[in-house]
Amino acid sequence: MTTAVLKTGDPLASQENARYALLTMSRIRKLEEAVEDLFGRGMMHGTMHLSIGQEATATGVCMALEVSDQITSTHRGHGHCVAKGADLTSMIAELLGKESGYCHGRGGSMHIADVATGNLGANGIVGGGIPIAIGAALASKMLNRGTVAVSFFGDGAMNEGAFHEAANLAAIWKLPVILVCENNGYGMSSSTDLAFAINTLAERGLGYGIPGFTVDGNDVAAVYEATRIAVARAKAGEGPTLLEFVTYRWKGHSRSDKNLYRTKEEIDEWKKKDPILFFEHLVRDKNLLSDVEIAEVHAEATAQVIHAVNEAMKGVPADPAGLLAAVFKDLDSKEVSS
Amino acid sequence: MSERMLTMSEALREAMAIAMEERPEVFILGEDIGIYGGAFGVTGDLYHRFGSERVRDTPISELGIVGAAVGAALSGMRPIVEIQFSDFTAQAMDQIVNQAAKIHFMVGGGLHVPLVLRAAAGSGTGAAAQHSQSLEGWFANVPGLKVVIPSSPYEAKGLLLSAIDDPNPVIFMEHKLLYKIPGREAVPEGAYRIPLGVSRVLREGQDLTVVATGIMVSRAMAAADQLEKEGVFLTVIDPRTISPLDMGPIYASIEKTGRLMVVQEAPEHGGFLNEVIAKVATGPALGYLLAPVVRLAGMNIPIPYAPQLEKAAVPQVEDIVSRAREVVANWR
Ligand SMILES: Cc1ncc(C[n+]2csc(CCOP(=O)(O)OP(=O)(O)O)c2C)c(N)n1
Ligand SMILES: [Mg+2]
Repeated sequence: MTTAVLKTGDPLASQENARYALLTMSRIRKLEEAVEDLFGRGMMHGTMHLSIGQEATATGVCMALEVSDQITSTHRGHGHCVAKGADLTSMIAELLGKESGYCHGRGGSMHIADVATGNLGANGIVGGGIPIAIGAALASKMLNRGTVAVSFFGDGAMNEGAFHEAANLAAIWKLPVILVCENNGYGMSSSTDLAFAINTLAERGLGYGIPGFTVDGNDVAAVYEATRIAVARAKAGEGPTLLEFVTYRWKGHSRSDKNLYRTKEEIDEWKKKDPILFFEHLVRDKNLLSDVEIAEVHAEATAQVIHAVNEAMKGVPADPAGLLAAVFKDLDSKEVSS
Repeated sequence: MSERMLTMSEALREAMAIAMEERPEVFILGEDIGIYGGAFGVTGDLYHRFGSERVRDTPISELGIVGAAVGAALSGMRPIVEIQFSDFTAQAMDQIVNQAAKIHFMVGGGLHVPLVLRAAAGSGTGAAAQHSQSLEGWFANVPGLKVVIPSSPYEAKGLLLSAIDDPNPVIFMEHKLLYKIPGREAVPEGAYRIPLGVSRVLREGQDLTVVATGIMVSRAMAAADQLEKEGVFLTVIDPRTISPLDMGPIYASIEKTGRLMVVQEAPEHGGFLNEVIAKVATGPALGYLLAPVVRLAGMNIPIPYAPQLEKAAVPQVEDIVSRAREVVANWR
């Protein structure tokens, strides 16, 4: 069983929630380590953007959401996808170019979407998902669905016009949307110090009339709490919130990154703030999970990922024969997308 | 003369360095072109050689970057913009299409826009639908833009120097698979310029004229090598710039071969190669054609991810070989 049923609630509220939060973060990390390994062995095509070091953000945000709430994700989207409840086997199968992958091998890492869990898709375009989340929130409002939409994006994306136009629309229409900026300090090689002339990225909300908050993105409980408040505001009709989660990516931007723009010391410093270790300390202190239970959670995550890789490998390679027919949705189909 | 075999990245870098040494008004701007050396390593060490003013790293703001380049170009500078993937020209389309392309004409000639926009184009790296397009046809359909597609390191250096000299906006589409492979031809040291708007006949054979752009030029050459062994001889023509387009050598070749094949990576529907075919159909060489024109292009689909799908989506050497063999055999 590799599919997690999205659970909502405070990671520190119960042993069950703590277990779920730790398991989710661990699954993300183990999945991405497996992805890195498969790439390294030449079994995967293309490029990859790993979110190792940022697992608390995806996990904390999604624990404040219902399955029916929607997200838009980014090129660094494996964590969002897993945290929203995606099936690991279908994810890995996609990366391996299998017919059984989420996109039947057509999309790869940067284009995984999962309708069942409200994931409108990763995105290869920086900032591409932000206006789409605004539109999802607009639909929710117009159809009285009562759901919220979350747009995940990076610090770098905040300098795209798409962010600015989308933020203003969200504000003037008071949409149930949460703008989640994962500030990992860099957009590829450009540091936030070089790319911004403001102190916190959350300040950007002010110019649009959107409250903005800067939160420790490596503290899953803090991420959850900030998101919970934003969700409550959205559901009460109070409009959008901008959340800046400060975090760090341990790995290079992508496979081709030589890390010339940052120091090893800086990377090591951030590794000490490992979101998973931090949470382990917390749950131990609060007597929510014992060392043995923590080890069991990681073992379970590892087992799930190994199982997913093995299952995914069995899939048949995606077939070029279906490509032309895949471009347009048929007119006569009775299916309605949710 | 040296016999240096460079990669296309090296040749492009050399052209930019020469232009920056020649003219103080030339500068480069783009995302991650500084310390990182460019998403594909094209700017390399230029940041260390010319400094952060002239090799200017930008935030992720394509519209802003291209717009700033337009304004600088109107005001005495000669910017070279690097867009990491040509797909992201979509973000900057207003400044390219509505501003840069039209300003000289609209204002009656008093202003001009000496701007080069370099972008990595094409598929083959597994980067999928939003990072693999061949969008040259979009730009070829906008009067006021020149569109260059280098097919080798030698061409890239000489064409880029001409593009930088040009007083008009030039879109320079670099196929990303070409960056790292050395060309068939040596790249001279120092400055040389290949004029924009002059097609090049790369080899001559009596059976079929093949017009190809970008990466398809080397695929057509490989196909020609293969077919030669079977006694089928191809002429391969690289237009090098699709706007302006030099049809002269294409007409002249059709008069000799009587057969035409056009190859591009971009999707067939509405693609640029159709313009070549239209010009042949309405031009002086039509009467020489012995066979229907062969059109070989990308499938009309977004570029897929999995390697076997990606390969199927665009013409490969084998496709050129089989279609060429067929048209020569069937139309004697
Ligand atoms: C419109 C656009 N411009 C540039 C890129 C190339 N690119 C991909 S990811 C990236 C950095 C994004 O930085 P950020 O938004 O901070 O996200 P992070 O990678 O740090 O998660 C860049 C420049 C792109 N994919 N799309
Ligand atoms: Mg970032």
